[in-house]
Parts: sequence; C-alpha cells; structure tokens
Amino acid sequence: MAKELLKGNVAIAEAAVRAGCEAYFGYPITPQTELLEHMSKRMPELGRVFLQAESEVAAVNMVYGAASAGVRVMTSSSSPGISLMQEGFSYIAGSEVPAVVVDVMRGGPGLGNIQPSQADYNQVVKQAGHGDFHPIVLAPSTIQESIDMMVLSFDLAEKYRTLVFMVLDGAIGQMMEPAELPPMREMNEKRPSWALTGQSKRRLNGRLPDKNVVTSIHLGGDELNAFNEKLQAKLAQITANEVRYEESYIEDAEIIVVAFGTAGRVAGTAVKNLRQANVPVGLFRPITLWPFPEKRLAHLAERAKAFLVVEMNAGQMLHDVREAVGCQAPVEFLGRMGGLLPFTNDIEKEVQTIWRRSEVLALHQQN
Amino acid sequence: METSIVIAGFGGQGVLFAGQLLAYAGMDNNLHVTWIPSYGPEMRGGTANCTVIVADEPVGAPIVANPDVAIVLNLPSLEKYEPLVKSGGLLVVNSSLITRTVARTDVDVAYVPANDIAEELGSAKMMNMAALGALLAQRPILTLDQLMRTLDDHLPARKAHLLEANKLVIQKGYAVATAVLA
Repeated sequence: MAKELLKGNVAIAEAAVRAGCEAYFGYPITPQTELLEHMSKRMPELGRVFLQAESEVAAVNMVYGAASAGVRVMTSSSSPGISLMQEGFSYIAGSEVPAVVVDVMRGGPGLGNIQPSQADYNQVVKQAGHGDFHPIVLAPSTIQESIDMMVLSFDLAEKYRTLVFMVLDGAIGQMMEPAELPPMREMNEKRPSWALTGQSKRRLNGRLPDKNVVTSIHLGGDELNAFNEKLQAKLAQITANEVRYEESYIEDAEIIVVAFGTAGRVAGTAVKNLRQANVPVGLFRPITLWPFPEKRLAHLAERAKAFLVVEMNAGQMLHDVREAVGCQAPVEFLGRMGGLLPFTNDIEKEVQTIWRRSEVLALHQQN
Repeated sequence: METSIVIAGFGGQGVLFAGQLLAYAGMDNNLHVTWIPSYGPEMRGGTANCTVIVADEPVGAPIVANPDVAIVLNLPSLEKYEPLVKSGGLLVVNSSLITRTVARTDVDVAYVPANDIAEELGSAKMMNMAALGALLAQRPILTLDQLMRTLDDHLPARKAHLLEANKLVIQKGYAVATAVLA
C-alpha cells in the first residue's frame, strides 16, 4: 500500500478501524477531536458501534461494559477528559478486561490550553486511577509509529487482559506526515471464554458458557490481597516482555539525551546536528513509558558521562531516568511547559554546556 | 538538505491548503515532509499559519524557532515573522496587502502582488498559489511542474473548474519572483 499524507488523529482512528476495533465511545475535546470525528463516519459505515456519550465519565463506563462483553473497544480524549475517566480506568484494571485509550495531551493544569504537552506523564504512567495498577503506556513519535502502535495496543490489551494507553501530544495529533496504513484485518467473531453475554441462556461462541463474572469488587481482605498478588505477577510479566525503546548514535555516546514523543523527535534532530559538530551525543527514546526501559538505561549509565532529559513538562519522566541511572552519572533536565515545544537549538546549547563541563572535569581529573 | 517554510496570513487566505499542497508535492516526489498548523484559538477570524518541512532525510522537529522561509500574506504575519526568518533566508511578501518593505538586509525578499495576480486570472482566492510560485522561483525545492502535477491530484473536486486558473496563478507568481531576482 502506498504512503498517504495523513493527519495524526485521523491516521490513528483509521488504524484502529483496520485493527478491528468494534466499538468506540468518546466525547469531543481538542486537540483530539478529529479522531472521534473520523470514527463517527467510519464505524457506522462498517456496521460497527460509534457513540458520542454525554460525558467522558459515561464514555469510559461504556468502554468498560463493551470490554466485559469481549468486544474490541477503545476511547480517546485529551488531558481534562482523561482526568474525568480515571475512575473507569481503575474499574477496568480491577476487572482485568482489555481496553485501549488514546490520550492526545494538552497544556495544563486545569483547562490549560490546547497546545502540545507531555504534562500528564505521571497521571498515565504512575497513577491512571486509584489502586495498584499500571496500564501499558505506548508513546509514539511519528504518525507511522502511531499507526503501528495503535494496532499493537489492541493486541497487547487482549494478550494481557489489560488497559493500554497510547499517549501523544497535540503536535502529533494535529500534524500531517506521509505514512502507510495497515490492511483491514479480518474481524474475529469469537469472543474470549471469560466474556459476558448479558443473559443466562445466551450462547458464547456457539455454546452456553459457564457462569462468567466480571467485577472489580473483592470484599474479603485475603481475597483482594490474592487478586492484587495475581495482578502484580501479570505486571511483572509485562515488564519482562514488553519494554520497547529506540536508540540512535548510542554506541560511543558520552552524553545521552532521553526524550519521548514529540520531544524525542526534536531531540533526534538536535543529536544529528551535534554529531556533525563532533559532539559524542546519542539519543535514547523510550517507546513504552510503562514498562519503562530502566534496565537498558542503567546499562548505558555504566559508561555515559551525563544524561539530559528533555520533556514538555516540568520534569516527570526525569525521575524514572534518575532512578534507573542512580549515582552512575549526572542527569540534567530541559523542559518546556504551557504547551510550548522545545526547539532544536535549545537542546543543542544545553548539550554543548554539559559536554564542555564534562571535558573540563576530565581535564581536572587527569591533573 | 532540509527547508523549513512558514506560511502565514488571515484565515481564509488558503494558508493551510498552500502548506498541504507543498507537503503533498514533496511526498509525491519522494522527499520527507511534515505539515503542522497553528491550531490555537487565534485561527477564528484572526491569523492562521502552518509550518512545512521538506527534506531529503526523515524530519525530526516539525516546528522550528527560525524558519528558512516565511511566506507572509498579510501585515501581522510580516510583523511576526520578519525577525524570525533565518539569516540568509527568504521572505515572500504579498505586496497587494503589505505596503511596507522589509527592513532586514540579511534575507532575500520577493515582493509578489499575490491578490492582484490572482484576481486578474479569475479570483483573488487563488492568491496563495501565486505565493507558492514565487517561493519556487527563489528556492527550487521542487520544480514548477512537480507542484502543478500535485495540484492535478489534490485540488478538491469542488474546485476542479479552477485547476487551470490556479496553474496560471502559480506560473505568474513564479515569473514575477524570477524577475525580481534578475
């Protein structure tokens, strides 16, 4: 299939359709609305479910319901809407049903603005709702990667019966870039064995099911503890299997820039320019924010002289990088807030400063 | 080689479409491109702009602090982008609406009466195409033929009757900007 010039939000919606998404529930919010708009056209065309709910709270509970019936389901929103959905995310996690959420982040806190931001890293990665759980969090940096990750999101959600987030910022949602969409997937008519049918006499995959229960309530302390132990074991399994990241110029890098999403692609340009000026710098771009690629970073820290974390927030992933690197190397930070993007030359200047400092330090140590 | 181009003007001047056409033309000719609009509240009734990057390698940052080129279709856009264009860069100025000249001496400037050219050839609405023609005269990131072939493929069907007129506007813009240089 040939490349097309696609807008991020539209590309993601169409990728979800082609990945076999059977139901979409959502509520409009900039800079994510084109995603919902595309779904409103495509899903009915294909005889699938599109519903614009009365609020984000309603939408996420519809997602919970559809997921409980074993339907391939998703929602999408932007920062304030995601805050409203958090109760539902926790119920979905507590019930172990698969669901996919796209968060096109904007500037906050509060209504903030509609410009690109990464200020909800902590919200999604650390505490997507109450209780002990983490969704898998994917952070693409191009439109092609967003398409590929959208397809992957559904597969991971079903494989682990978990919530999967794809986080973008307004820039990726709004920009256009050539990209290739996947072919339309065959719909899988078969429902998972745990799915609810809504009636005791209704058949599941052609036969009457055992009594299936989807719930997040476990009133006994031991019972809830046992459930949490099981959930943690699953999260450990995801951590072992699903870490993803991308590296460039990393082999001989003495300074490593760590950035994800749009900040990652801006940092990529800065690193390329700096390499032309013979600065030994490399880029480490986490693709999964949870599970975080901490082992790889810890390994890189054994020989890197310094790290620079670049984010469109006040420093959130920064703490995960510091934890991974430990005392092995200094971890500096460059952030932009309020919906502003970091510019390539800001990053280049910061790296140059760190590089000169480490060179001076090396001279002192020699003497 | 990477060229960053800001196109700025009033809402309704075809700023976003001109940028998309450039991006399509780059893509159709195997270049790497990004297109990103300003999508803030200022778009309603105020100024609109988009940034297009055309490159022979994958594009990193889709927005730049200092563009190589700014196409300014109204005065507020000139005020905003004149200080930002890279030294040695290019300003394409719509002299139909902007009566002042560019103060900077370290950038190339092409004054193009885009509204007048477009109006003479049928409709002032095609003025964005005159500006694109002028751009290609000064910065040959694509050929005139490549841009016009892309117009064949991507001009919305409801505007199909204006295809030939649009091409004439592009050519006139190109000719005017070439003459400016000579």
